[in-house]
Amino acid sequence: MELFVFIVAAAMVLVGAVGVVVRKHPVHAALSLVMTLFGIAVLFVAQEAHFLAAVQVIVYAGAIVVLFLFVIMLLGVDNAEDLHIEPFRVQRPVAAAVGSGLVTIIGLAIIASRKATVPVVTQSQAVQDAALDPHDGNIRALARDVFSDHVLAFELTSVLLVIAVVATVMLARKPKPGELVIIETPVSVK
Amino acid sequence: MLDLVWLIPALPLAGFICILLFGRKLGDPKAGYFATAMVGASFLVTVGVFADMMSKTAEERSHLRTLFQWIPVGSLKVDLALLADPLSITMCLFVTGIGTLIHLYAVGYMHGDSKFSKFFLYLNLFAFSMLMLVLGSNMLVTFLGWEGVGTCSYLLIAFWHQKDSAATAGKKAFITNRVGDWGFMMAMFFAFWAVGSLDYSVINHSLLSTSTATAIALFCFIGACGKSAQLPLYLWLPDAMEGPTPVSALIHAATMVTAGVYLMCRISPVLEIASNYAGWIIAIIGAATAFYAATIAVAQNDIKKVLAYSTVSQLGYMFLAVGSGAYTAALFHMITHAFFKALLFLGAGSVIHGMHHEQDMRRMGALRKLMPITAITFIIGWLAIAGVPPFAGFWSKDEILLFAYDKSPILWFVGLVTALLTAYYMTRQVIMVFYGKARWNDAHEEHGAHGDTEPHESPWMMVTPLMVLAVLSIVGGAINLPFSHTTERLVTWLEPVVVVRESTTAKLPLAIIAIVVGLVGIGLAIIVYAKHRVKAIEPQILADAWGYDRAVSNFMGGPGRQAFDGLAWADGHVVDGAVNGTGALVRSIAGKVRKLQTGNVRTYAAAIGAGVVLLLMWFVVVRGIL
Amino acid sequence: MIAAIATPTTTWYLLLGAVLFSIGVIGVMVRRNPLILFMCVELMLNAVNLTFVALARRFGDIGGQSTVFFVMVVAAAEVVVGLGIVVAILRRKPHATTDDMAELKG
Repeated sequence: MELFVFIVAAAMVLVGAVGVVVRKHPVHAALSLVMTLFGIAVLFVAQEAHFLAAVQVIVYAGAIVVLFLFVIMLLGVDNAEDLHIEPFRVQRPVAAAVGSGLVTIIGLAIIASRKATVPVVTQSQAVQDAALDPHDGNIRALARDVFSDHVLAFELTSVLLVIAVVATVMLARKPKPGELVIIETPVSVK
Repeated sequence: MLDLVWLIPALPLAGFICILLFGRKLGDPKAGYFATAMVGASFLVTVGVFADMMSKTAEERSHLRTLFQWIPVGSLKVDLALLADPLSITMCLFVTGIGTLIHLYAVGYMHGDSKFSKFFLYLNLFAFSMLMLVLGSNMLVTFLGWEGVGTCSYLLIAFWHQKDSAATAGKKAFITNRVGDWGFMMAMFFAFWAVGSLDYSVINHSLLSTSTATAIALFCFIGACGKSAQLPLYLWLPDAMEGPTPVSALIHAATMVTAGVYLMCRISPVLEIASNYAGWIIAIIGAATAFYAATIAVAQNDIKKVLAYSTVSQLGYMFLAVGSGAYTAALFHMITHAFFKALLFLGAGSVIHGMHHEQDMRRMGALRKLMPITAITFIIGWLAIAGVPPFAGFWSKDEILLFAYDKSPILWFVGLVTALLTAYYMTRQVIMVFYGKARWNDAHEEHGAHGDTEPHESPWMMVTPLMVLAVLSIVGGAINLPFSHTTERLVTWLEPVVVVRESTTAKLPLAIIAIVVGLVGIGLAIIVYAKHRVKAIEPQILADAWGYDRAVSNFMGGPGRQAFDGLAWADGHVVDGAVNGTGALVRSIAGKVRKLQTGNVRTYAAAIGAGVVLLLMWFVVVRGIL
Repeated sequence: MIAAIATPTTTWYLLLGAVLFSIGVIGVMVRRNPLILFMCVELMLNAVNLTFVALARRFGDIGGQSTVFFVMVVAAAEVVVGLGIVVAILRRKPHATTDDMAELKG
């Protein structure tokens, strides 16, 4: 059963990923991305990271991709990009080389470490207890971990989100007449 | 008292600084008296140190006073240290003593000059440098003083720099000295390389190989040739007469030019273990210079030029002594020469001053009635230099001739002929200036004199030093009479520091020959110049100094200049070309590397990707992740 | 029966993550549209998330999952800011691609 789930989810992921890279139309690419993200969420469930799977769907597929689509529609940049022309001739060969090199090396590293021993991780007793609970053990364990061991990082990410929102509002608003423009683009498009 | 040895150079230095700050305010004559007082105080300290030293035994007389660590770099450790031992204190005594007298003299001589205080500024600086030279305990402190006196010599020769000839003479002195300085520096390098130290105590007492010792000795001699005006580097000294007469007396008669002799005596232990031919070279050059300069002096008409060539000649005697291994004789002659040559120069200055700056002897004459004290003191100096006993010059010159005979009878003969010539030209000078017909009236129509055309005696501050020096010239020989060991006081005094030799030749016959030769010289001059029985032989070639000066100028102007132009071209094209070429190369590389900055995000991403792959490959290959 | 042949081990997940990552890298290098560029960056981030989760399960360490949690937060913030910049640029030059933003050319 797990094998079947894995194969389907993996197929979704890969097809979606390839779709993002090769589709000319931005909206199509965004929808391919959704497929990838959903496949990832399924794989999360298979790995017993239930909470993360939920967050993946809600935040990534739900919020981020929607944001992408909003921007695409708002700005009307939905014209297709011509994939046949490539200004830098070396770019595609280099990209191919880099991609294949990466996957080769990382893949080989992964295969070579199959026999690696499992490091002994001592987690706090609360986390261990929570993990054993079958119904919401994962979320309990995760909550215990985030809010005790990593609470500082958690607080900082909240600050980060506030900063991100404020910054984006500042960056993206239409400047009033006479106001300092943050991004100026004098060069015209060919 | 011995630890106050540092005061000896410090007082003139303090004088220099004070005159630098307040000289113009002090003015004429207070600045002069102040400078004199400083050097005089230094003299008193020297006497005190000398007395202290005399009270000690011979072994205890060397005192090293380290002021501070000057250069501690790696294995080169040089301290600014003063060595007070018999040799250096002897030098200090007559440097400060004669220096004080000349400072006093200069107050009178330079009266009315617009740069009065500047003169004493330089004189005090000179005193400081000379004292550092002789008191230095290592070659580098000596070199410091060496360069200092060279600089002061330049500044003082060119004191009236508005006159072209004076400025040129100053430059000539400095540059010629520089050639000699190269020799000194090479000697220092050799010494450091061989022994690892520049201290005299180390150099003089270590076992140097013959070749190293020869190298050090000969390079020091090259430096001495420059500073003490021997062939072939003597040509700056006659031109140096452009400076005021006190300068000529102090620097170019009594002190600076003796620095070379001092240096050779200081390293006498090294010279002793050097090859034989080193001593021969020094002695031959000394004798040749003595003879050469004496021949030129015979035909000179400027009162100061005669004395200048005479100085070169007498210095030649001193080097003859050094080459023959008679260091104490050289130092003895140095001391007596300082007395009578300073006296002669100051007397000449007095004459010039009284004659309202007339220097040509052909326009003088019969001055002894109008300037009696000058005349008498000058005559005493003349008798001393001519080698007439019992004046000081006789004893010292005789010592030198004695040791020269030991070395080689030929050298002795050359020295003897030079003695004859010395007596001859000095008598000539005395007759032309003080006796005979008064010739200065004929010149005065062209001279444009300032009212008072009659020559007059000089003021007290100029005449007093003359009298003191005259007394010293008479009794100066007493410090080293050759009659017995007890009377040879200078030899016993210097014995622990300087190598001492005994002579095997009989002294009396040589002494009698020397006296006779001196009297013959005097007689000849009287016949030619006073009685006018024989026509004077003053060939033009002698007056031109054998054309040597002109030869040097031609060489420097012709092939010399071409060589220098070639060097300048090489510097401009090769050296500058390399430097500029490096700059141009860097620019062109940068221009090509600049193209990497495309500004395009995707190329940057490609570069990052490639870099990541390479990094991972490094991990795999080198660290063996797989 | 198919399940009897093999169960997906951690290695399979890791390999999938590696492949997904490389596809993302290729996408970043090849695409010119800035929005699609961002989407490829999202692919890479997801690959990393997958890797972390797989290893968290393998080693029994919940820390891997909390890492993923934080990665998602940061990715969200990054997308927000990035899209804000893209909006600001594209408002002035409606059809700009990444190749046109070359003001830092040396």
